[in-house]
Amino acid sequence: MRRRAAAALLLCAGLAGSAAAQGLPAAQRQSGFESMSPSTQAMQRDDDANPGMLSVRDGEARWVRPDGAAGRACADCHGDARVSMRGVATSHPRWDATLGEAVGLSRRIALCRERHQRAPRGAPEGVERLSLSAFVAHASRGLPVRPDPDVRLDPVRERGRRLFERRMGQLDLSCADCHDARWGRRLGGATIPQGHANGYPLYRLEWQALGSLQRRLRNCMAGVRAEPWPADAPEWVELEAFLQVRGAGLPLETPAVRP
Amino acid sequence: MTTGALVRVPPRARRGEVVEITAMAAHPMETGLRPGADGRLVARNIVHTFTCRYDGAEVFRAELHPAVTANPYFAFTTVATRSGPLEFRWEDERGEVIVATATIVVE
Repeated sequence: MRRRAAAALLLCAGLAGSAAAQGLPAAQRQSGFESMSPSTQAMQRDDDANPGMLSVRDGEARWVRPDGAAGRACADCHGDARVSMRGVATSHPRWDATLGEAVGLSRRIALCRERHQRAPRGAPEGVERLSLSAFVAHASRGLPVRPDPDVRLDPVRERGRRLFERRMGQLDLSCADCHDARWGRRLGGATIPQGHANGYPLYRLEWQALGSLQRRLRNCMAGVRAEPWPADAPEWVELEAFLQVRGAGLPLETPAVRP
Repeated sequence: MTTGALVRVPPRARRGEVVEITAMAAHPMETGLRPGADGRLVARNIVHTFTCRYDGAEVFRAELHPAVTANPYFAFTTVATRSGPLEFRWEDERGEVIVATATIVVE
């Protein structure tokens, strides 16, 4: 009975059109930066105090270093990332025609390394991929998040939206319960942000390190006492693709700092 | 592990001017109390000493202890006396040393 009611609700949500599908109205959208303390905001703004910049510089060094069996560096094909990579991070995930699936920025880098440098793809949360992702995304800092208009991504985003609205875990909460319905209110000592993904990979003071969006999402799932999906599950990129639409227009902040 | 350091030294200063210097090095500052992915404690390894030398003379020194954040950040001031290099040095408990340099021109 309950399942049927839920299905009816989903159907209604589907009929309500694109405004509902994108979550918060554009005028209300705000980055998690806005709800941070002034000192954490200052840390993010100052490139000499933002610890994420250590990873950006590390990624810059890796960008020009030849690697893999092909003995080529990223820069040998792509040149100066500040020019060639400008805007790239604002429109990922994108559709990969070879794989026939959506691919986020970090995985795109891993695929490029595998296909063109013939180098190992590296662990998803390893320093190499995080640093390179931070460096590539940094080239788009300040540009608005702009979801790829490719229609092949639409079903991926739709699945992501359903995941965002699906209750999970022992606390039986969906992402939307907190980040759509209760943003700006308090959860313990912290302000609930809208949960946008416009600063990844980002430096979290709690982690004492730079981390990926997937790591953050795993934290949130553990927080509602749900079991996170396996690392290579398609759900991660589906959710990321929906978050991209939901946060469209917000400026990219990589490397953001968050408490 | 991410490597490197970020230092900020004003490129130019007037003689006698008080200048602010900031320095941050990439270091995990392992406390020795944290379990790793395998559930066992990660061995302690922290930066124990940070120094800054200005044209050969030490102008700042700090001893660090546990409970200092990863990627420790320092901001301090010195008086611009003459043009020359500033050398920054972080030493950790495994004997590894991170070095960064910057140059100031004093007019």
